[in-house]
Amino acid sequence: MAVRLDKPWIPLQAAQVAHLPGHLGVYQLADSTGEIVYIGVAGGRSAFGLKGALQEALQAPPAAATQFRYEVNMAYHTRHLELLQAYHYDHGRLPVGNLDIDASTLGRLRLG
Amino acid sequence: MDLALSEAQRMIVDMVRQFVREEIVPLEEHLDPDADELAPADYHRLVEQAKAMGLYGLDTPPEYGGPDIDLVTRCLIAIECSQHRAGLYAPCYYVFGGARQAQLFEATDTQKERYLYPMLRGEKKVFFALSEPSGGSDPARAIQTRAVRDGDDWVLHGSKLWISGADRADYGLVFARTGTETGRSGVTCFIVETAWPGFNVRRIVHTLRSAKYATEIQLEDLRVPHTNILGEVGGGFAIANDRLSRQRIPYAAECLGVAIKAHEMAVQYAKIRETFGAPLASRQGIQWMLVDNEVDIRTARWLILDAAARADRGEPFRTESALAKLVSAEASGRVVDRSMQIHGALGVAKDLPLERWYREIRIRRIGEGPSEVQKHVVARDILGAGLR
Repeated sequence: MAVRLDKPWIPLQAAQVAHLPGHLGVYQLADSTGEIVYIGVAGGRSAFGLKGALQEALQAPPAAATQFRYEVNMAYHTRHLELLQAYHYDHGRLPVGNLDIDASTLGRLRLG
Repeated sequence: MDLALSEAQRMIVDMVRQFVREEIVPLEEHLDPDADELAPADYHRLVEQAKAMGLYGLDTPPEYGGPDIDLVTRCLIAIECSQHRAGLYAPCYYVFGGARQAQLFEATDTQKERYLYPMLRGEKKVFFALSEPSGGSDPARAIQTRAVRDGDDWVLHGSKLWISGADRADYGLVFARTGTETGRSGVTCFIVETAWPGFNVRRIVHTLRSAKYATEIQLEDLRVPHTNILGEVGGGFAIANDRLSRQRIPYAAECLGVAIKAHEMAVQYAKIRETFGAPLASRQGIQWMLVDNEVDIRTARWLILDAAARADRGEPFRTESALAKLVSAEASGRVVDRSMQIHGALGVAKDLPLERWYREIRIRRIGEGPSEVQKHVVARDILGAGLR
């Protein structure tokens, strides 16, 4: 499995979100230029999995997000962590919507 | 062997049991079912409580500030500490000090200042890198990572797999082949700092568990000072092996703790759940499953405490350690499986901890030496040295 999430972006719109699965997993939100602005997780306490998480994002898009992509993944906990670490490796910081996370406690990947 | 607990052991068990019930389990009601960490404020508060209980640094020798407890008592604590959702791989979320790299107690005074004491103070995190893509059950032969002497340094090159916590660690123990010998004598243990050039954590290895997750490491022309050899050149395997034998016993005890809790839940549920007008507990099929659970739990408990008692008496315990790990991992898996079956659909839902235990207990038949390797160890001891 590739470390970075590399899927096409989907418009963050009600019609698109309505067709999402209720599975658990991870997702990314991006602005109109494709810049990742938030990396999220639909974990075991979420009522409607990815669909519920992205419906919330639709109601109040973090950091002006307009697009999303997702990955169904039962190992959502470690996958979320890995995506955050990969982004930090690539950019030297976390996405603007994840700045509440203390990057120093996150762990470090050096992807090469 | 007398399995009765002493008064002091009974007090410790009761204290830890109450701590898990009143402090840990309520917090889990608000955490993700796969969580492996507490909020920092909760963690620090509970660490202070663990210190007040005199149980912080459970695996630290008394001369370094740890509590003065024997291995039997350590196992009794492990049995209690794992009886919550995250308990198998994050027992009490490490508020008792977490796992320590015991090999660092063998360090030189200079190495202790730089690496051991910061770890004991909880300031630095440490990893242990033995297994490789080529294998982990027979490290003496499987290790392909090489270290070549270059002046005052050694240059390491190779890969390590299934390494817990390397992405968050400040330094760790890396085992590499330094000699031309293919067996045990050619392996050396190095203390490696993760900030050094050439040390790369390439990925998280996603598995059935989320706590204490594994990573893959690549070492690319990593320069390590000669002074960072732990022990002696060629003496690395003995350091690794000592750790593995001793740690298998509390490792087995953690499995048992989860089995005990799953069984307890199954007993309670069988009494209240009714089918066809009668409680599940009235059905012979369920009763026999509960009896099988009881047999598995008592068998594993006996072997764990017997192995720990032998180690405490200073007697050889390699066979007993292997038997305890083998039986506890296998039996606890069966107990969790039966308990899940008794709960029906609820058993596989994330509403209960059973599904997490079911995933994580499966790993226990492989981690710290798979069941087949434990049998191999016992067989060697039964049949004699001629088979080695």
